[in-house]
Amino acid sequence: MGVLRTLIIKEIRQFRRNPFMPKLVVMFPLMLILVMPWIATMDVKGINVGIADYDRSDISQKIVSRIDASEYLELKGMFADYPSALAELEDGKIDLILEIPAGFGKSMMGTPEKVSIWANGVNAMKGSLGSQYLMQTLLKCFQDIRASRGLSIPESTIETVNFYNPTMDYKHYMIPAIIIMLLVMVGGFLPAINLVMEKELGTIEQINVSPVNRFAFTLSKLIPFWIICLIDLGICMVLAWLVYGLDVAGSIWAILLAAALFIMVISSIGVILANLSETMQQTMFLMLFIILTFILMSGLYTPVESMPLWAQKLAFCLPPTYMVELMRAVYLKGATISDLWINYVALGGFAVLFGVLAAITYKKRG
Amino acid sequence: MISVNNLTKMFGDFKAVDGISFDVAKGEIFGFLGANGAGKTTAIRILCGLSKATSGSGHVAGCDIITQSEDIKRNIGYMCQKFSLYEDLTVWENMELYGGIYGMKTKDVHLRAEQLLKEVDFYEHRNDLVKSIPTGWRQKLAFTVANIHSPKVIFLDEPTGGVDPLTRRQFWSMIRKTAAEGTTVFVTTHYMDEAEYCDRVSIMVDGKIMALDTPAALIEKFGVSSMDEVFRNLARNAVRNE
Repeated sequence: MGVLRTLIIKEIRQFRRNPFMPKLVVMFPLMLILVMPWIATMDVKGINVGIADYDRSDISQKIVSRIDASEYLELKGMFADYPSALAELEDGKIDLILEIPAGFGKSMMGTPEKVSIWANGVNAMKGSLGSQYLMQTLLKCFQDIRASRGLSIPESTIETVNFYNPTMDYKHYMIPAIIIMLLVMVGGFLPAINLVMEKELGTIEQINVSPVNRFAFTLSKLIPFWIICLIDLGICMVLAWLVYGLDVAGSIWAILLAAALFIMVISSIGVILANLSETMQQTMFLMLFIILTFILMSGLYTPVESMPLWAQKLAFCLPPTYMVELMRAVYLKGATISDLWINYVALGGFAVLFGVLAAITYKKRG
Repeated sequence: MISVNNLTKMFGDFKAVDGISFDVAKGEIFGFLGANGAGKTTAIRILCGLSKATSGSGHVAGCDIITQSEDIKRNIGYMCQKFSLYEDLTVWENMELYGGIYGMKTKDVHLRAEQLLKEVDFYEHRNDLVKSIPTGWRQKLAFTVANIHSPKVIFLDEPTGGVDPLTRRQFWSMIRKTAAEGTTVFVTTHYMDEAEYCDRVSIMVDGKIMALDTPAALIEKFGVSSMDEVFRNLARNAVRNE
């Protein structure tokens, strides 16, 4: 224990004397939490709509003004016919074309004619979400028109109620994911950089020639960053609450326990990679590859359920998958430790596995 | 204190160390000479348990170099060719760190560090950051740190490289004082005047030990007037050129 204490004191002294690190570990969570939720949003806004109006009735005028008033849709132009609208779409100036057929206004009283929506699918997200928004807007518009004329409102209207994230605020959905990204970056990179720096400076030689126990040395690289990550987690959670009004629906302890395990996993992976490489470039390249895989495959951005089966199997071999699911469940749904015991057991298992691997891959004798 | 028998280290087909054998007694200053690339550092790293020998056997401080490398580490001090104290720590913090790593009590570390630093007149600079200290002093400090846990053997790999003549002289008086206290000193150097401070020297050429005796005996054997000429006589035949 005495040796471990000595080594941790050394790490803390070096950290405090570093002109860059203490600022970085405070600035990094601030930046991520204050900036990223606004950017990592999947609300699609500013969808440009062109209307090919063959009808030119007061009904079609109502539709136009309705679209113009929409928060998400932006009316970019009125066109005499479909081909001229299509030319604009091909130029990328508009994303959606709404074609209102001739006689549509009149047909509202009986069997309505069909309106058509044409979407540019190059940006699949914008195309599909945009046409959905446009459909909803039209539907509302038609209902209002029919209601104002005393006609029956079609019953086939679907109403969606969102549980757990009632405001459907995408920021709330993304914040737990951003916190995980922070833990991956700080917890993964910092120990790896620290250790490989010792290799590059040659200071590790002096450690290798001492009788220091490899577990103690490995722990001395893990524990300081584990503490830093938990502080960063705290900063993020307080900011999420202050700035976005996002409170933890479940217990804070459930989050802390999961984060404590998860940081151990990620930091151990960083240490393993640093042990396996000789230079900073090697470590950084390996680390970036792993982190990219984690971010893309863990369900952080895209749901694991919509991946092909082989990718789903792979995702369940990756530690962050359990963390992403867990964080969202606790943060937004208020799930408890006993609901998510599988995730905790998986994270704990990974922590032990990678922790031991980190110590084993540290070779004092080349 | 050190005994080595037929020690060999291969890197692929390359024999970096080629069947060397020697013994070093307690309290002896043993000079381990050789041209660049002769295999000195490789041999030292095997003796310190930083590298595995391909074949051969040996003991350092009573521990087997093949099977007990971690036990060896408890009993030796090592000063790397490349300066490897923590530059972002102070002198005192480095000493606390290494004392602690060798399992010394904090109180003992402080006593020993104070004594060693006072001997080299550096006690008042103990709170200076190592990065602000000039080369000559750094080498003396590195030696002091390697000596903090009173090891049985100290390995010094080119300790006086890039050091001015006056500081080199001071450095060697530190070495001799340490040896007089019973510590075995195993030192490599390129300076032949330094070789004459050693009790015995070995000269390595192309991975093999070509000569091993006291400096005076070697000078006599080769019929020359200084260690410098002994070295040149032997190193001239070297095949490896680095």
